[in-house]
Amino acid sequence: MDLFLQQFLSGVAIGGIYALVALAVVMIYQASDHFNFAQGEMAMFSTYVAWSLIAAGLPYWQAFLATILISFAGAVALERIVIRPVEHAPVLNQVIVFIGLLVIFNALAGWLFDYTIKPFPSPFPEQPLFGNPYIGAHELGVIGVTLALLALVFAFLRLTPIGLAMRAAAQNPDSARLVGIRVGWMLALGWGLAAAIGAMAGIMLAPIVFLEPNMMIGTLLYGFAGALLGGIDSPAGAVVGGFLVGVLENLVGAYVPFVGTDLKLTVALALIMLVLLLRPNGLFGRRIVRRV
Amino acid sequence: MSAEARPRGAAPLALTLLVILAALLPLALSDYRTFQVTLALVYAIAILGLNILTGYNGQFSLGHGAFYAIGAYTAAIMMSEWQIGYYWTLPVAGLVCFCAGFLFGFPALRLEGLYLALATFALAVATPQILKSDHLAPLTGGVQGIVILKPNPPFGLPLSQDQWLYEFTLAVAIVLFVGAWNLLRGRSGRAIKAIRDNPIAAEAMGINKALYKTLTFGVSAFYTGVAGALGAIVIQFVAPDSFTVFLSITLLVGVVVGGLASIPGAIFGGLFVQFIPNVAEQISKAAPWAIYGVFLIAFMYVMPYGVWGLLRALHERIERVRRRRSA
Repeated sequence: MDLFLQQFLSGVAIGGIYALVALAVVMIYQASDHFNFAQGEMAMFSTYVAWSLIAAGLPYWQAFLATILISFAGAVALERIVIRPVEHAPVLNQVIVFIGLLVIFNALAGWLFDYTIKPFPSPFPEQPLFGNPYIGAHELGVIGVTLALLALVFAFLRLTPIGLAMRAAAQNPDSARLVGIRVGWMLALGWGLAAAIGAMAGIMLAPIVFLEPNMMIGTLLYGFAGALLGGIDSPAGAVVGGFLVGVLENLVGAYVPFVGTDLKLTVALALIMLVLLLRPNGLFGRRIVRRV
Repeated sequence: MSAEARPRGAAPLALTLLVILAALLPLALSDYRTFQVTLALVYAIAILGLNILTGYNGQFSLGHGAFYAIGAYTAAIMMSEWQIGYYWTLPVAGLVCFCAGFLFGFPALRLEGLYLALATFALAVATPQILKSDHLAPLTGGVQGIVILKPNPPFGLPLSQDQWLYEFTLAVAIVLFVGAWNLLRGRSGRAIKAIRDNPIAAEAMGINKALYKTLTFGVSAFYTGVAGALGAIVIQFVAPDSFTVFLSITLLVGVVVGGLASIPGAIFGGLFVQFIPNVAEQISKAAPWAIYGVFLIAFMYVMPYGVWGLLRALHERIERVRRRRSA
């Protein structure tokens, strides 16, 4: 039972990170029907930004905030400059541009910061809180940060005028444009938010797996799996999906001897294939009917 | 889209000359350079395979590295475990990959565009871990991989091992390129392209979409698998970490640079992905990838049909000017 609880809780913690990545993926998908294959690498790069700010002597939480702002601004610029020209290009061209971004961020991180793995600090104490034997303080902190951030994002989307405009632009760009919403900028804003959320995922993940240029590729896969499982057009679904995938990954790794730790990515692959084939709209997504 | 226009007049002669020149190339190069050109040819075959699927049939694959890996491992296991001659590994690797690709084509039928890209991306990311897995380790050698021996030239030919492998690879490449050209210019080629351009109209014309799409996936995997087997023989080594998602991206770079939906473009693509990193690595270890990324994006903006598309456009322009002058 102890083992189960431990595995379950660390699954919830890592699932929080997947939920963040999934949410970032869904934010961009919802607004523009793109899978951002570069989302993981952007988050990884943001984490390096945080690392260099901390190394330059900034206190942790200031570096955290600064990183999020930098990521936000960077991604807005990226959408305006790089993505906008291919907004109406064929899907293949768009996918290739995203892959190009993935490669560039990966190479840039290797170039600027070297390929050696770096330890990344955690803001949370090393001792488990309240002396509980089940979950470390960092993992508990991750869950807390994730939940707080999710509350913020939902409040932003539901309660503010800009959030409303963003949802309108995503749901019906033409009508949104008619009532005076600047759809293009809403897209860029979505990119900024997604990058900021991704940056937090990276910063939370880095103390667990160490910082290196390839740290996010596997996580991005789990993020995709979570987003698909929850329903690719539903932010709340993506979050639930992310948590589910995290728990599932840990429990399968611990209790299915055939999988163990060395086939965990294959679980994500199988999950993605199964969801796409059996229930393409996920658990909470809307069924899309298209007219031919 | 007439990359495969029938060669007329001087074209067959020029092609024959080109092949002869290519066969004589090792005389002018060191063994190491020959080895590099061999690898470029290997990449060209793999890129052609991906191009048949993505360029001609419109199905995305960000995971062709997986088929390359299956081909490479098939060859390596046959040679090191079962002591089978290297030339037998190519058809077997091709067939194994054809089956794998054909089977993967079935779920791919239900996945349009972006979703197929995602599924194949997942396949590419998961591949190294599958190869490292303990369950396959008795065959694949786990993390260590498999070392194989370089074959000697047959019949006592006065060639070095590298030169012989180059000629062997060149011969295989010529067979496969001619095969692709034949496949794509005929009835089935038109069906493959029709499915890309307008799937609904293609079905209305009586094309069996499911059959053609799965078969194209199989053929594409066949090409990439043969390339993988050749690559393993040339490099003499296979290990899981050579088959990461970045291998799949490399093949995609080759397709984009050479030209989507063009057969000769695959050769430009192969040369590009083989030699640009060599030059760029002198700047930094990360530079080749930065350059790949920039090229991917820049080509999508400026010349989405790649080098071959550009050459063709130039050629057409010159022809038009000439015709206007003579008229």
